[in-house]
Parts: sequence; C-alpha cells; structure tokens
Amino acid sequence: MTLLLNQLINGLQIGSIYALIALGYTMVYGIVKLINFAHGDIIMVGAYTALLVMTGLGLPFYVAIVLAMAVCIVFGVLIERVAYRPLRSSPRISSLITAIGVSYLLQNVAQLIFTPTPRPFPAVFSVKPLVIGELSISFITILTIAVSVALMILLQFVVRRTKVGKAMRAVSEDMGASQLMGISVDKTVSVTFAIGCALAAIGAVLYCVAYPRVQPTMGSLPGLKAFIAAVLGGIGILPGAMLGGFIMGIAESLTKGYISSQLADAVVYGILIVVLIFKPAGMLGKKTREKV
Amino acid sequence: MLKVENLNVYYGAIHALHDISFHVDEGEIVTLIGANGAGKTTTLHTISGLIRQKSGFISFMNKDLGSVKPHKLIEQGLAQVPEGRRVFAGMSVMENLEMGAYTRSNKAEIKKDLEKVFEHFPRLRERIKQPAGTLSGGEQQMLAMGRALMSKPKLLMLDEPSMGLSPILVNEIFTIIKEVNKTGTTILLVEQNANMALSIANRAYVLETGKVVMEGNAKDLLSNDDVRKAYLGS
Ligand SMILES: Nc1ncnc2c1ncn2[C@@H]1O[C@H](COP(=O)(O)OP(=O)(O)OP(=O)(O)O)[C@@H](O)[C@H]1O
Ligand SMILES: [Mg+2]
Repeated sequence: MTLLLNQLINGLQIGSIYALIALGYTMVYGIVKLINFAHGDIIMVGAYTALLVMTGLGLPFYVAIVLAMAVCIVFGVLIERVAYRPLRSSPRISSLITAIGVSYLLQNVAQLIFTPTPRPFPAVFSVKPLVIGELSISFITILTIAVSVALMILLQFVVRRTKVGKAMRAVSEDMGASQLMGISVDKTVSVTFAIGCALAAIGAVLYCVAYPRVQPTMGSLPGLKAFIAAVLGGIGILPGAMLGGFIMGIAESLTKGYISSQLADAVVYGILIVVLIFKPAGMLGKKTREKV
Repeated sequence: MLKVENLNVYYGAIHALHDISFHVDEGEIVTLIGANGAGKTTTLHTISGLIRQKSGFISFMNKDLGSVKPHKLIEQGLAQVPEGRRVFAGMSVMENLEMGAYTRSNKAEIKKDLEKVFEHFPRLRERIKQPAGTLSGGEQQMLAMGRALMSKPKLLMLDEPSMGLSPILVNEIFTIIKEVNKTGTTILLVEQNANMALSIANRAYVLETGKVVMEGNAKDLLSNDDVRKAYLGS
C-alpha cells in the first residue's frame, strides 16, 4: 500500500512536469499545426539558465525560475520569428524538418558552449519531507504538483476568459477569418510560443530538481514523453495535454515500482499505441465536425 | 468610398483577375455577380489583403490599401463576411461576436452595437452560449454577419450570403442586408444568386472568368436580356 501510494505520488510529480511541457506542444500545434520538435530543447535552455543563475551568479532558486522563463520566452519567440514564420504558408513538412533542424542546432551549440559532460544541479530544498504514517513526501514533490496544477488552472483561465486567450482560440480555428476580425496572427502566435516556453521553463527547473543532471541532450527524453502525452490526450486540446501528462507520469512510475525500470518507457509507448488504435484523435480528441 | 483600379491577381501561373476596376460610393449597395470561379471571392480577399495583387490599386476612403496589413483594415471601417461563414466553430455565439469587436475598446459602444446586432438577429440572442459550430447554416450566416457588424464597419462586404440557404431564409437575410444599409452601412455584395442581389442593389458589376464584362444600374441589368439568359435562367 505504501509503495503504491509512493509510486502514485511520484507519478503525479513527474506527470505534472510532462503536462507542463506537453502544454507547449499542444498550444503550438493548435495554432500553427506544427509539431515543434525544438520544444524539448527549450527545457535544456531553461535548465542551463537556472544552473548558471544559481551556481554562477549565486542567486536563489526563485530568481533562477524567473530568469529561466525569461530566457526560454526569448528563445521560443525568436525561433518562431526566424525559423517558422517564413514557412507558415509552405507545406507543413518544411516547417517540421526545420523544427528538427532547430532542435539539433540548439543541442550542438549547447555542446560547444557547455561540453557534453553532465553537470550536477544544486540541491535547492533542505526542508524536511512531509511524513504521514509510513509515507514520506518530499517538499519538492508537493511544490511541483501544486505549482503545475495552479499553472494549468491559470492557463485555462487565460485561454477561456481573456482577450488574448480568445484571440489564440480564434487564430487556431481560422487564421484568415481572425485577420478579418483585426487579430494580428503574428502577434498571437508569438504570445502562444511565449506561454508555451514559459511553462516549459518552469517544467525544466522542476525536472532538474527531480533529476539533477544538466546536459545538452537532456531535453530529448522529457520532450519526447511530453509530446507523447500531448498526442495521448489529443493534440491541440489543452486539458488533453494535462491528462496525458499525468497518465504518462503515473504509468511510468507504477511500472518502475512494480515491474522494472527498464520497461517503463515500453509501457508508456504501449499505452500510446493502444489509445491511438481505439481513439485516433487522442483521449479527449473529437472527430472534427464541420458545417459548410 | 472604395475604389478598385486595374486589379490583376495571380494564383501561381493562374491569372485569376484581369484588370478589374469598380467602385462603391458611400451609402450604396453594389453587387458583384458571376458564376462559379468568376473571381468574386478572389476580389474580396484581395481587398481584405488576404491575397496580394500583382498590379492595380485599391483605395478606401481615399487611402491606398496597398501597404495596410490585413488585420488593420477593420479599424479603417472595412469588414468582410467571408464565403462559407467561417464562424469560429468551437467558440460560443457570444465569443464570436466579441471577436468581431476585437479592435474596439469602448465597452459602452460595443454593448450598444451588440444590442443592434440582436435586434437584427433575435435568434442569436437566444443562443449566446451555444458553440457556433452547432448552429444551423442560416444561424451561422446571421452570426457571421453579426460578427462583422460588431466592428461597426463603414463598408460591409458579403461573400455569397445566400449560399446553401432555403429561399425563405435568403429573403430574411437580404431584408436584413437592406436594413443594415439603411442604418448607414455601405454594402458590397458578392452573389451567384443574381436575381436576389440585383433586386436589392443600386448598381452591379458582372464578373466572368476574372473580367468585368458588364456594369450598370441594378434595375437595368435585371431587365437586360444577356444577363437574364446567363444568370437568371430565363
Ligand atoms: N488558392 C487558389 N489557388 C489556385 N487557384 C485558385 C485559388 N483560389 C481560387 N483559385 C482560382 O481562381 C479563380 C477564381 O476563384 P474565386 O474563388 O475567386 O471564384 P468565385 O467567383 O468566388 O467562385 P464561387 O462562386 O464558386 O465562390 C478560379 O478559377 C479558381 O479556381
Ligand atoms: Mg467565391
């Protein structure tokens, strides 16, 4: 029982990180129909930024998060501006290949600057874990879950209720019609990248606290899993990305606890395949209905 | 108010519009009629800046639109109800109307115009929370028009508002177009339903394979034999 609860809580922790990152994939896909393969590497950018801010400048953790967000937003918005925007009306495969190129570019530049050697991420919290009976929950676990859930609620509010959020939904439904309404597509797309990257930066720092190794290729695996989470929940659908993230995290952590660590990734891919066989549009995906 | 001069538009190698010229004066209802593929939608999209012309000029209220970005046009008072309605299907009726007023900030004015839209289209009021994608075709057309009116346009361009609607609904929509015109909005109406369009318009242009082949008073065209044969089926 304790093991089960422990694994569930661990699953929620890593799952909420996947969910934060998955939101970036799904938002960008929703608006420009692009799978932004470079999104995983934004995690790496965020991780190095936080690492340098904390170890190089000696600033506290909270400052590191804010600066990581700022740097990731700049990267994300610049990447969209320089690499994706000129290709917006080209065939989708062009921007997809460009995204893969951007991903390699980021990884390789990071290797040049930081070398491939992993660097340890400093331990940030020395708060005693919360002990309930035999169960002990670390502070970072609680913080990760709480921060992620709060951000998801905030994001839902932004997208449902605010003007910029409504513009994002309008552009993702029909770019041409949005322009006719006076919505600047370019600006709205930039805002979308910015929000996605800010969430990824927070995810990155929380990921580093859970797995304290920073290296140039570190974004690939969580990036891939978050992408799968987005597809699992239904790409383009925000609650889908959150649900997908939690399912991925819990499945991974239960497999690690009860079967074997090596199998964890296989199980995760297995779930994806099974879900896509029965619901090709993802768990919350609907068949698109259109009236002419 | 709107002046289009010698417009040439290409899709790759396809020459879609050949030297098209026409104008719309303040307060008028002007219609562009023509068969499928004549270039009507292309003309409206070029005016709205969604497509760029190869040559020719478009000016609105004496301002050249050549360098104006498409999303800036609505602030100039130019709104389009696109072909096929293109309402935001996943958003509610109310949100669609809000998007129409996206560039405006005066809340009291917006509220007034919302009431006006509901006066024109009482059916929309009953459905403000409903996702636009679940509206009937006719209701979607009303929403698309209401959405465009929320920008308080000086010139409203409508692309085949009668498409796919029952004759009764077409009548209803055209009556509303006339009402909107009476309240001071100039109308540029693109239609295949030449009969209906000519019956409410002041002037008309006939478009054929990207060229203006005839123009004149709507009444004259309605009784013109060539037009009757080609577009009115008699
Ligand atoms: N995106 C495009 N790419 C290539 N050709 C196009 C494109 N859009 C339109 N065309 C061509 O341009 C010509 C004019 O098309 P347009 O849509 O303006 O016609 P229309 O008068 O609006 O027709 P309809 O009444 O069927 O809506 C047609 O021959 C069409 O095939
Ligand atoms: Mg058309």
